[in-house]
Amino acid sequence: MDPVTSYSSDSIVLARREVVAELLKDRSDLMVVTGLGAATYDVTAVSPSNRNFYLWGAMGSAAMTGLGLALSNPGRPVLVITGDGEQLMGLGALATIGVKRPGNLSIAVLDNGHYGETGMQKSHSSFGIGLHNMANACNFVWAEEIVDMSAVADFRESVHNTESGPILARILVETKNGPRVLPTRDCVEIKNRFRTALGHSV
Amino acid sequence: MATDTPVEELDTIESWPDDLYHVLKSSDVRHCVYVPDAGHTRLINRMIEDPMIHDTVLTTEEEGIGYLAGAWLGGERGVLLMQCSGVGNCINTLSLTQSYRFPLLMIITMRGEWAEFNPMQISMGSVTAKSLELMGVNTYHVERAENIAEVTAAGAEHAFNGDQSVAILISQRVIGRKKWTR
Repeated sequence: MDPVTSYSSDSIVLARREVVAELLKDRSDLMVVTGLGAATYDVTAVSPSNRNFYLWGAMGSAAMTGLGLALSNPGRPVLVITGDGEQLMGLGALATIGVKRPGNLSIAVLDNGHYGETGMQKSHSSFGIGLHNMANACNFVWAEEIVDMSAVADFRESVHNTESGPILARILVETKNGPRVLPTRDCVEIKNRFRTALGHSV
Repeated sequence: MATDTPVEELDTIESWPDDLYHVLKSSDVRHCVYVPDAGHTRLINRMIEDPMIHDTVLTTEEEGIGYLAGAWLGGERGVLLMQCSGVGNCINTLSLTQSYRFPLLMIITMRGEWAEFNPMQISMGSVTAKSLELMGVNTYHVERAENIAEVTAAGAEHAFNGDQSVAILISQRVIGRKKWTR
């Protein structure tokens, strides 16, 4: 597929919330870090959990937060769910993750090719820049573009294999957003709930 | 052995990174993330040699803030090492630390404030502490090598038990002048 034309193609039909619901199906003890904006709202809408760490800002930090979490909890799966713009702001994180290569870290980029929070300006993804190619160049164990739900289901299986990472899926999704479902904006509460769920003091 | 090199004396003079290492270990630091600086060379090497420490080189300093937030979520402590020029890279990401009230311990080697040869270091070096303070970071200044252990131990306590962000600023006077070949 020509990535430059991906977003004008009628073949891109994946709805972001259906994708997230599939990713988080039977999630068990999966820990999730969400990038700011639509990714945070999608995860809140589909799979609210004390094991979700929602970012409200610090754009570009989702993958690194996932790395620190993965390295401090080897053997337990960590999934970062973020958008293309958020990951593009943290490109260096792909290189840093590629050095550490934690087996329990997975990244799902919900790539709609646009900055959805700010007026749908095109992101680098719409101009043919492939985040999955960058992850491959950074020595990820596996990184691919995903355009159908069966591949999302396969990716979900790998997320729960804590020996197979780091992996990255660039999942092409429609630009349409679901209804806004917001987590608490009390960031300290988000942190404390997460730590409590893992058995740590707050 | 006949030698004119006062090896022991040199080691004593440069032993402050070892003091730092011991304080960080006794503070239960398990992660050391860094963008290298010449002043941090010895500490970084000790961290890399320690099998109990996750050492991670970063492409840019603000990566360390997200990393250490994640490590804390997972129940572990870490430290971020950088040169003061990296503080400018961190500004917006410090909102993560402040909003979620994450502990953050940074050890920052100064440039641009004492016998600086490179004029480009002065711009950031002269506003490092002010920039951090504007973002709500507590700054602890170390002007003398013999104070480094006490100040860092206090900073670690303030960070990890007080849920604060703390920057230990190590003066260029402690590190020594960079030797330039002109």
